[in-house]
Amino acid sequence: MRIGVDVGGTNTDAVLIAGGRVVASTKQPTSADVSSGVTAAIGAILSDAGAAAADISAVMIGTTHFTNALVERDRLDRVGVIRLASPSGEALPPMTGWPEALVQRIEGATFLLPGGYEVDGREISPLDEVAVRAAARDCREQGIASIAVSCAFAPINAAMEEWAAAIIADVHPDAHVSLSHDIGRLGLIERENGTILNAALATLAQHVMASLERALGALGIAAPLYISQNDGTLISASEAARYPVLTMGSGPTNSMRGAAFLTGVDNGIVMDVGGTTCDIGVLANGYPRESSIAVDIGGVRTNFRMPDILAIGLGGGTRIRLDEATNGVTIGPDSVGFRLTQDAFLFGGSTLTTSDIAVAAGKARFGDPDLIPALAPALSAAILTRMADMLADGIDRMKTQSGDVTIIAVGGGHFLIDDDVKGAAQVVRPDHAAVANAVGAAIAQIGAQADRIVDYDLEPRAAALEAMRETLLARVVAAGATRETAEIVDMDEVFLSYLPGRSAQLRMKAVGSLADADGVTAVPLAEARHGH
Amino acid sequence: MVIDDYAVLADLASGAAFLGSGGGGDPYYSLLLAEAALARCGRFEVVSLADIADDALLAPCGWIGAPTVSVEKLPNGNEAVSGLRRLEEIMGKPIDAVLPIEIGGGNGLAPFIAAAELGIPVVDCDGMGRAFPESQMAIFNIRGLSACPSVLTAADGSLSVIETEDNVTHERIARALSVSLGGIAHMVEYPLSGAEAKAHAVPGSVSAAIAVGRAVREARARGADPFAALGKALEATGLYPHCLTLFDGKIVDLERETRGGFSVGTVTIDGFGDAGQMEIEFQNENLVATSGGRILAMVPDIITVMDRDTADTITTEKLKYGQRVKVIAAAAPGILRDAHALSFVGPRAFGMGFDYAPVESLNETETA
Repeated sequence: MRIGVDVGGTNTDAVLIAGGRVVASTKQPTSADVSSGVTAAIGAILSDAGAAAADISAVMIGTTHFTNALVERDRLDRVGVIRLASPSGEALPPMTGWPEALVQRIEGATFLLPGGYEVDGREISPLDEVAVRAAARDCREQGIASIAVSCAFAPINAAMEEWAAAIIADVHPDAHVSLSHDIGRLGLIERENGTILNAALATLAQHVMASLERALGALGIAAPLYISQNDGTLISASEAARYPVLTMGSGPTNSMRGAAFLTGVDNGIVMDVGGTTCDIGVLANGYPRESSIAVDIGGVRTNFRMPDILAIGLGGGTRIRLDEATNGVTIGPDSVGFRLTQDAFLFGGSTLTTSDIAVAAGKARFGDPDLIPALAPALSAAILTRMADMLADGIDRMKTQSGDVTIIAVGGGHFLIDDDVKGAAQVVRPDHAAVANAVGAAIAQIGAQADRIVDYDLEPRAAALEAMRETLLARVVAAGATRETAEIVDMDEVFLSYLPGRSAQLRMKAVGSLADADGVTAVPLAEARHGH
Repeated sequence: MVIDDYAVLADLASGAAFLGSGGGGDPYYSLLLAEAALARCGRFEVVSLADIADDALLAPCGWIGAPTVSVEKLPNGNEAVSGLRRLEEIMGKPIDAVLPIEIGGGNGLAPFIAAAELGIPVVDCDGMGRAFPESQMAIFNIRGLSACPSVLTAADGSLSVIETEDNVTHERIARALSVSLGGIAHMVEYPLSGAEAKAHAVPGSVSAAIAVGRAVREARARGADPFAALGKALEATGLYPHCLTLFDGKIVDLERETRGGFSVGTVTIDGFGDAGQMEIEFQNENLVATSGGRILAMVPDIITVMDRDTADTITTEKLKYGQRVKVIAAAAPGILRDAHALSFVGPRAFGMGFDYAPVESLNETETA
């Protein structure tokens, strides 16, 4: 049996999966310390199913905690940024183009230092050990404990970043160091942006991972803990503590894959209605459609592989304001969020929310409908029409073909989506729709990745590509994925012109879905990587 | 025209990215630089060719090198101004205005930053009507003007003045210099008079790029088809009379390397349904698009790979495995399509063994 958990900003959901089926699920409030909410959620499903901690083979957790921290600009570290590229790049210093408020929140100290490589492997300028040492000391004296290091062409040669890390470790041993070549590929600004975001999350990531491990310990669960990555594969908790930025897109990925798993629908549009937003994504052959272009995280441009998501400001806690003078209505964009169960009329509060409107209209049954103030029928109809229009507009913006599509409605607020919403051929509402995210975490993808340097003068490119492809597909199948779902999702080739011949570093990643969502213990990507 | 608004700059970046035919450098990095310059200087001034005095000194400028390098080796910020200053010393008079040597890609924005520093306007025209990989492919060479004196500067502060008899030698020397400087450098070239610009430059291309970018942005905002808006806007400029979708699919292979100062390679796109595959060969810019053994578009017509949902241009250095894309072609400006111009910018100028055929005739059945 395996457990999937989704730690959201409002709720912590958990599911217990056995024999490829959801046997128990729960929704609990997210706690400020993360761990007590997780403990409560896992405790609830274990007792519901009458299962023992020893029966659990793996725990997979997806969390939007880091994304929320960034969006709310809260719980972030101040970051020292050391860029090794000068004199090149001085016209575009780190954090150019970032939202001003975020810069103010996390900018600690910035050092544009000599270093970096040319495309042919020469040094732009030699690394200045004294200057790096001084920068590290400066960070230490200013109390900056998280440092991001970027270097021109680091994906071709990581030596200078590694050297800088060693110098920092010597001068400022308590500093957490994020290196750009660990985080991203070619494209200095996007790679550096991802590295700085990672550094800003360093302390929070260590706390969250430690508290998740504590929660499992308290429950007596000895099974391994895995964290969902952006692409639906897993990393270990210790890797997630070091590279939290790699997990930031996992929320939408998990909800879309969970929706596909629960319905058996492989192509359609998934609408995940939470407390604050409705996240709309496209499911193509069972996978979330990815964004081809740069992805903004909290307003910062990165080049991570992420699902293409449209978030509209309509969730179960979205506020509705009436202007009696003009008979006007404003929907959102703000939400009462986790205070829904105190603030909404139907829970005895005094704020009108989308949930009040939906329950009054008989679309859902919770809270106390008698507490909802009576609205004029025309007004209530106008609000419902406006909400339906917002959802229909979102569907229209995300779909790529004309004609109606299958909609999968999931998330705690899925009742906001009508069965006859415009653009829908049908609306599918699976059992456990409210916890699709946690289901998605539990059925994580099997991933494998390989990385090798090939001299195409000695081994023809087509043959090298094919060999790596076949090896990786075989590896994900051996780890429990079905052959039909196994595919190469990423391929990246960087020519290393400083090596003899026509040499390139070739990287590939394969993923596949588990044959039986319970039959095999998940193999996190990190293990597969070392097993190569 | 005065540009004092970030949205107009973003429109220019987006329109220029499309006109770059995959090249001209990353428009995002140029946009960041232009935004910073706008914040410093408050406004950019764009003047039309008609408002330029015949005896004015104009300086076309932009970056030379491999776009794959430009995303790692970023500018120092002094390159353009020091090159322009040196040209003024050589010419013995001040430069009255600058213009993009090529409207395509990041190079469509590059002169704005220099112009703001020097307090001079940008002329609404350019030297290529798109982007080309080599300097002698500029309309100014096609029409017999000299690229020299030209000034090449790099991030390390180095500066070289190039004086050659012919423009092919000029390109060869400039390319070799750019390679030895790490693969990217700034160049001021083809200094010309107002009268020469009026006679030879591609007129109105800066405002055309802004109009194209705006049309796509507005279509997206109102939920309309951005590709239809793109085609309509291109045709409305009068410079790019035809536009069509060549292919729709997913990138399944990408072979791209930095060689001889260019990024060169091939991208292979698997069509949705039974559409087969398309291969696009590129040398900084996309040059030839082939599907099922048939050529569907070739240089100098514009071939641009775009995100199939958002209609964002994906320049050749940003292509990635797995991207879902549409390949859009647009007819090049008429002045690049006559027999004389084609000997400089047609397929044979790129060493290919076939003659130019216009994109609209290659796709007659599709467009009928």
